[in-house]
Amino acid sequence: MSKETKGTSRRQFLTSAAALGAGAVAATGARAAGPDPLITEVQDWASGFGHGVDEVPYGLPIKFEDDVIRRNVEWLTADTISSINFTPIHALDGTITPQGCAFERHHSGAIELSKPDYRLMINGLVDQPLVFSYDDLERFPREQHVYFCECAANTGMEWAGAQLNGAQFTHGMIHNMEYTGVPLRTLLAEAGLDAAGDFKDKWVYVEGADASSNGRSIPMEKAMDDVLVAFKANGEALRKEHGYPVRLVVPGWEGNMWVKWLRRVEVMDGPVESREETSKYTDTLADGTSRKWTWVMDAKSVVTSPSPQSPIKHGHGPVVITGMAWSGHGKITRVDVSKDGGMTWETARLASEGQDKALTRFYLDTTWEGEEWLLQSRAMDETGYVQPTKAQLRDVRGLNSIYHNNCIQTWHVKANGEAENVEVS
Amino acid sequence: MSKSLNLYVGTVAGIGLLLVGAYNFADRNVADYPENPQMLGELPAPIPEPEAPVKTAAAPEAVDGGIIGAAHADNGDSKGLRFGLGRGALPEEIAAWNLDVSPDGTGLPAGSGNAYDGESIFEEKCAVCHGSFAEGVGNWPKLAGGDGTLADEDPLKTVGSYWPYTSTVWDYVHRSMPFGNAQTLSVDETYDIVAYILYSNDIIDDEFELNQDTLPEVVLPNADGFIVDDRAETEYSKWRTEPCMENCKDAPAQITMRATVLDVTPEEAVEEPAATDPAPEPATAADPAPEPAAEPAAEPAATDAPDPELVAAGEKVFNKCKACHQIGDGAKNRVGPQLNGIVGRDIGSVDGFKYSKTMGSMDGSWDAETLAAFLANPRGTVKGTKMAFAGLRKDADVEAMIAYLSSFSQ
Repeated sequence: MSKETKGTSRRQFLTSAAALGAGAVAATGARAAGPDPLITEVQDWASGFGHGVDEVPYGLPIKFEDDVIRRNVEWLTADTISSINFTPIHALDGTITPQGCAFERHHSGAIELSKPDYRLMINGLVDQPLVFSYDDLERFPREQHVYFCECAANTGMEWAGAQLNGAQFTHGMIHNMEYTGVPLRTLLAEAGLDAAGDFKDKWVYVEGADASSNGRSIPMEKAMDDVLVAFKANGEALRKEHGYPVRLVVPGWEGNMWVKWLRRVEVMDGPVESREETSKYTDTLADGTSRKWTWVMDAKSVVTSPSPQSPIKHGHGPVVITGMAWSGHGKITRVDVSKDGGMTWETARLASEGQDKALTRFYLDTTWEGEEWLLQSRAMDETGYVQPTKAQLRDVRGLNSIYHNNCIQTWHVKANGEAENVEVS
Repeated sequence: MSKSLNLYVGTVAGIGLLLVGAYNFADRNVADYPENPQMLGELPAPIPEPEAPVKTAAAPEAVDGGIIGAAHADNGDSKGLRFGLGRGALPEEIAAWNLDVSPDGTGLPAGSGNAYDGESIFEEKCAVCHGSFAEGVGNWPKLAGGDGTLADEDPLKTVGSYWPYTSTVWDYVHRSMPFGNAQTLSVDETYDIVAYILYSNDIIDDEFELNQDTLPEVVLPNADGFIVDDRAETEYSKWRTEPCMENCKDAPAQITMRATVLDVTPEEAVEEPAATDPAPEPATAADPAPEPAAEPAAEPAATDAPDPELVAAGEKVFNKCKACHQIGDGAKNRVGPQLNGIVGRDIGSVDGFKYSKTMGSMDGSWDAETLAAFLANPRGTVKGTKMAFAGLRKDADVEAMIAYLSSFSQ
């Protein structure tokens, strides 16, 4: 039963495309060969009952969608405890990422920390070091914001060339959620910042309650700006894998700084230079020197469909090209799409106006007559920054980078509708 | 603090420029923190400062909450609105959590160690993943070597070749290592291990005493190898331009590389019938559980098949072991040996796994009793075992684990 309704794997796709043959892929408006029994015959679901309420007290997607899941690339890491998986962006639309399929990145596994056991300490250069319980946090004035969270290593495997064949794997270290929480500055003010003096050379050091602690240093300027201590995402509690009950949200900045299971914020007069901000999350240039403190995620976009895991399965004629764009510097103002590998571009339609440091969905409603495409998208943000090509990035950074690859992605859409991750001249 | 100052020159010029549309943020932050924080502007009315007694009530669970709460309340002065929430952190609490160590040595506790002593501790606690010479095992991090490779095509980044600060090594080892057993190293053990890592990178000799005073003076080879984010100058200035729309290339784009040639993409599993199917077909065997765990145990064990609930509990406990051990279909040796059929198996007998000397030379086989002793106290039971795990503290976990392990036959 569920076999016919499965998402199309590459292998399955090849078989079905061959079976259809070129002639059979009729355009819309064609006459049916005969009456459709799904219409002419009474179906079980039109006669009997469906499930009653309470069948599933907390629902999962219907079984036909059970291939829309996070996936891991086993060879990337030594084990799954300190590892990452990928959001199935090829199968999603809109901008909000459901929590259940939003990528996970742990450094020592996703811990189970209850609200009663939760403590948040504010210490260091504050007037009165404080400890908050979870309930305390819910008594401060709250804010809501939608922000993307992108791992700095997203697309990192593509530096050396086209490697992973699917938008999920090349661009899936990202999610976009609506967070509810308390601004970090509110909590810092509660502890009193007279002791910190001039904020200009001050930092906060943030760490989690898990074994990795994943400590990061954040300049006071950012801490006092838009950093959120969040306890809800998309209207419900954070998931365990995203830091339940409380995580830090650092809008526009690399995901590693969004400390999960946040347990401590220390006001300091310098950065700690922790493992995560020295040996990791630094960017080695061609001459061997490395950039540090590369926090902002630059403007980026990707076509999510058609793409290798989401080939064109219908006939010639109308097709919707869609994808997503985001920038750590602010709003997306425009996305262009090229079908010929960057020779000519047309401007796509934004589903809604870009939001600050959040995903924007774009569409290009077009037609396809079986011609080959080298499909690309190119984002622009409100600072006027234009998403670069991989060649432009390599010219500046060389080939040894791991993080911050925001290059233009190319999918080769073939005559049979299949798509492949390629690099172009 | 010159580094911090550099940062601000860099970021204010770069990042700051980008945020200009949002606020004039330099002004806002250099100035005193506004009395009424900006985000509160949207609230109907400023929230009044609660009276001191209210604060006490607000933190009923506080240790000494009343006294500290009151002190905190009295202090609601210049910078920002106070709500009187939370309680004062006690010095013992701060000491327990405030473990970070900075490059100048701030935060280093008194203690000492050297590479000579560190070698055996490293062998016992670290070498399973990082190798006896800190050279790394498999995909686990290499901590030594790679000198002079940073400009190469495939740089080897280790403590010796890449890390800028010795303090970071101490901080990380002390708080997050050994993997799966963090925060169990004593201060002196940490100095020993860090000394051994430095020694393995030819940075200190094996007699050098590493302590809170000498550690910050050990300068790592790549200390000057970092620059603060310069994208504002090297990239943004180039890429904030009107984008080309037509004839943007000299020649039509050609494919130069294909992902399918490499073939490293995980296959999407050809799924078996959905395990989550809420409406299973009438009871038949049509929905086989994927794990052999649920299969009835094979012939010899049939009489004492493990309790399924206990097996399920054991599966959860096994999460602690997964980083190093595999079990089930296709299980392979990883950091630890594969565990299929471990119950009843001869001790130290898996082909291709390099056991510690002790484990390799032990007689007998693993049964419920020997496993229970080992799982509760690995290093106490088998001196010199490579298994870094501290042991299962609860008897119930040990029992569940053995049930789980015994559900996998050879």
